[in-house]
Amino acid sequence: MAENFYIGKYDVIVVGAGHAGCEAALASARLGLKTIIFSINLEAIALMACNPSVGATGKAHLVREIDALGGEMGVNIDKASIQSRMLNTAKGPAVHSLRMQADKHIYHIEMKKVLERQNNLDLRQGEVTDIIVENQTVKGVITKTGAIYEAKAVIIATGTFLKGKIFIGEWSYEGGPSGLSPANDLSDNLKKHGISLRRFKTGTPARVDGKTLNYDKMLEQPGDKETIPFSFMNNYLHKSRVSCWLTYTNKETHTVILDNIKRSALYGGQIEGIGPRYCPSIEDKLVRFADKERHQLFIEPEGLNTDEVYVQGMSTSLPEDVQEKFYRTIPGLENVKFVRPAYAIEYDCIDPINLNLSLEHKKMKNLFCAGQFNGSSGYEEAAAQGLMAGINAAHKINGKAPFLLDRSEAYIGVLIDDLVTKGTNEPYRIMTSRAEYRLVLRQDNADLRLTEKGFKIGLISDDRYHKFLKKKEIIKQEMNRVETTYITPKDANPFLKKHNSSCVKNKVTILELLKRPEIKYSDLLEIDKDRPIIDDRISEQIEIQIKYSGYIEKQMQQIEKFKKLENKRLDPDLKYSEIQGLRIEAQQKLTNFRPLSVGQASRISGVSPADINVLLIHLEKERRKPKR
Amino acid sequence: MEDTIAAIATAPGESGIGIIRISGENSFDIINRIFKSKTKNKISQIDDRKLIYGHIYENGGIIDEVLVAYMKAPRTYTKEDVVEINCHGGIIAIRRILELILKNGVRLAEKGEFTKRAFLNGRIDLSQAEAVIDLISSKTDKGFDIALKQLEGNLSFSIQEIRDKLLQIIAHITVNIEYPDEDIEEITYNDLLSQINDILKRINYLIDSSETGKIIKEGLRTVIIGKPNVGKSSLLNALLKESRAIVTEIPGTTRDIIEEMLNINGIPLIIIDTAGIRETSDQVEKIGVEKTKETFNKGDVIIFILNAAEELTHEDFMIMELLKNKKAIILFNKTDLPVKCDIEEVRKKLVNKKIIYTSIKEGQGLKELEKTISDMVYTGQIRQDNNLFITNVRHKNLLEKSKNYIIDAVSMLKRKEALDFIEIDLRNAWESLGEIIGESITEDIIDEVFARFCLGK
Repeated sequence: MAENFYIGKYDVIVVGAGHAGCEAALASARLGLKTIIFSINLEAIALMACNPSVGATGKAHLVREIDALGGEMGVNIDKASIQSRMLNTAKGPAVHSLRMQADKHIYHIEMKKVLERQNNLDLRQGEVTDIIVENQTVKGVITKTGAIYEAKAVIIATGTFLKGKIFIGEWSYEGGPSGLSPANDLSDNLKKHGISLRRFKTGTPARVDGKTLNYDKMLEQPGDKETIPFSFMNNYLHKSRVSCWLTYTNKETHTVILDNIKRSALYGGQIEGIGPRYCPSIEDKLVRFADKERHQLFIEPEGLNTDEVYVQGMSTSLPEDVQEKFYRTIPGLENVKFVRPAYAIEYDCIDPINLNLSLEHKKMKNLFCAGQFNGSSGYEEAAAQGLMAGINAAHKINGKAPFLLDRSEAYIGVLIDDLVTKGTNEPYRIMTSRAEYRLVLRQDNADLRLTEKGFKIGLISDDRYHKFLKKKEIIKQEMNRVETTYITPKDANPFLKKHNSSCVKNKVTILELLKRPEIKYSDLLEIDKDRPIIDDRISEQIEIQIKYSGYIEKQMQQIEKFKKLENKRLDPDLKYSEIQGLRIEAQQKLTNFRPLSVGQASRISGVSPADINVLLIHLEKERRKPKR
Repeated sequence: MEDTIAAIATAPGESGIGIIRISGENSFDIINRIFKSKTKNKISQIDDRKLIYGHIYENGGIIDEVLVAYMKAPRTYTKEDVVEINCHGGIIAIRRILELILKNGVRLAEKGEFTKRAFLNGRIDLSQAEAVIDLISSKTDKGFDIALKQLEGNLSFSIQEIRDKLLQIIAHITVNIEYPDEDIEEITYNDLLSQINDILKRINYLIDSSETGKIIKEGLRTVIIGKPNVGKSSLLNALLKESRAIVTEIPGTTRDIIEEMLNINGIPLIIIDTAGIRETSDQVEKIGVEKTKETFNKGDVIIFILNAAEELTHEDFMIMELLKNKKAIILFNKTDLPVKCDIEEVRKKLVNKKIIYTSIKEGQGLKELEKTISDMVYTGQIRQDNNLFITNVRHKNLLEKSKNYIIDAVSMLKRKEALDFIEIDLRNAWESLGEIIGESITEDIIDEVFARFCLGK
């Protein structure tokens, strides 16, 4: 057998160059650490293996937060955007969500370029097969070709590659996403080192030749006329250049699918992994919602320089012949030609409750984990974890405390706390309803919430930071101005009548008028003669902060309460079994889990409010003990 | 910032004075909202550690005459601002004051919570901490079980039902928010308003009937009243289906108050049979009458028996006068005989009271009486005083809390505010209801979303 050889020494090794891996590697390198990123195939860097879009509810919030912390996803999607829509504009600002269709190739190539040009960062094509472990601490990796790389920290971001298995009807084979090779050896190696793995499943619909579709039979879904960028650093985004198209399944489609359901990998029993409820295959939808007469599907372009289109809504594990047959029953797809069949993929991942909030593995020091490997799903969820894993690997090496965000600070905090504290039984997707304080965690104010933190970490340039401070200052000045600028009834009332708003008897401030739901900041210009010229993003802040101040204040009070328990730190070495009054179940849960704060402890299943009270008393007892 | 908490500090029961303790930073604001002193407009710093005389008001009316002690932090038991209200003993006043305080945004203290705060704020020493832990952990073992047991039956079922309805609405809004592009109808404001109003009605109904649980637990004190020889003891016997009291044809032989437990449709009744109320010079008779008047005032419900075969007497009118503001059921007994009594007159005197025609001898009308009693209990028409109400105050408080969230949601709906704001209040209401029955998990909403709606790529 050939002997392994030493080839390099790094601070941080990132295994996998998907959306998590790219953010992790960039963060680590940008923080001055010598970093290398591995991919089985460099053409797969930032590969969008499923839908050609970034953003939407909850996910848009993550992208904006990643951007505010100095991550790359927002900047990159702005470069690759070919259509942009703001969803939920009829609802409150907390759930407004930007979504962009991406040119997948541009997205990949732009991200690759950023990685290539990043100081301190090396790219390497290769399959990592082993991690090197000494004293339960990771020391490096070995590749399939015998190369040994030493490192101070390793970040695993393997996506769906680990022991990947593809299912198309009765056929199945070992494989990664989109025709790439799977990573089998690393799975076995991780298990050998005591890291337990489990199987999750996901799927993707077919890509078809857009030239073979009849768009006359579908409903056009154009992008927004006014487009706004994801990144806070960009002031401008080019216009939407493509449309998506809507069509529906019908009875015939359903007959074809149900007649062949036994040939589906899912219903044939071949798949053991757990799939997400929010992206079920079409056969799953038919079985679970039998009375639904039709299901919608969207045709989404994969890019500007390809005819391939994505058939959103038609993910399936049926065999290719059945796939083609039922796709052709759909209006507009009668003559469809397949380019890539739909498939289901099963892969190894960890149970994220084995991770600390810093995303470091609890049982393996300096091993950080991110993305689908942690049981999440989605590009944005992956990127968010990648960024945090990259920052925390760097902090660990530099002897700094972990950088954590809590549930009241960011969706990133909600995402990681959900994964790590509550765990997940299916690939996890972020949703705005998972955030308790969503009125505060808006996508429009992600920069105001997080830029400061990003700057302190070292991922925000001085130039950007100064622009940010200036924006904050203008907001403050304008808030102050509207609060102290009075309008006389003589000036106000004609305006109010025009906008179906009740008249005033005494002079009022702009702020008071702005609180009325029917009065918009932009309309007020008519009677607010001395208003300075300010940026749209700033006036948006003024409007939201004033209009919803009542609700926002209520949530701020809840946050203050939440923070109290969150700020009560727990010693990771606390001997829970010795705490009098803790129930046995709670003792065991806490001992296994080792929460960082009383707040986190309160979210562990099996720990009751009474247990939390006992913990609080214990902490106070300890605090009062005379110091030795 | 800790929230402000309140609880009754004295042992429950018929003591002369009751004390309610409030602790937390809003203590003074709250007391100033509900308390008016004869001599001062407002309690202030200068009044630290003084007893102030005055009244507790609700909606402009006096609830009770009280002494209020005002203690400024940190020299108090909990090291927080503390107010103690000394009010009249007996459950009604103390309970109404507590409920009023809770309505003003104070939370009902958990078991041992004052002591816990005292300890956490550095007031009591280490050795006492053990006792606090015991208190708290005893709650885990038993307290919650007891609370749950009280909820068994209709109440808990109703709460579950309301929660399920709320959950469906929340799930629908959630899916509209999270999946705006999916092929799912947007819930309309009108639809939402009618569904939420229905929920509000159900919660109100529960608040009105929140006494029911205690009655089921403690027994309904039922006083049987009427002139001698009208059939009081016969009624008791018929209900008991066994002879207990002496039944004679001579007026005034039932002199002792007989208490008897029996069960009607799952409700324990404490039946109190009495001598009739009438002015009499006979000493022995008089003791019976005095006791009757006394008992009469303690009853949760009064069954007033009239002899349909006799004309109304002065005594009947006197009893009717006393019954006007009581929960009462009127029985016209002896309907097997020719009717001589002026039934219309009774109707006029006792408007809105349930009237039942019986012949106890023949066994007629008894079923209707039983049904009337259980309906009154289950629909919450009957108030009852007893010493188990602390947990129930908690339940009622949570019901009130969810009601307020729903009311907020309704007014937002009417203002056509965005769905996601309304969802927050609905979710809060759903969680408050969940606290009553010990369930509150956000994951339920997400489960409901995926169970009911077909979503995804």
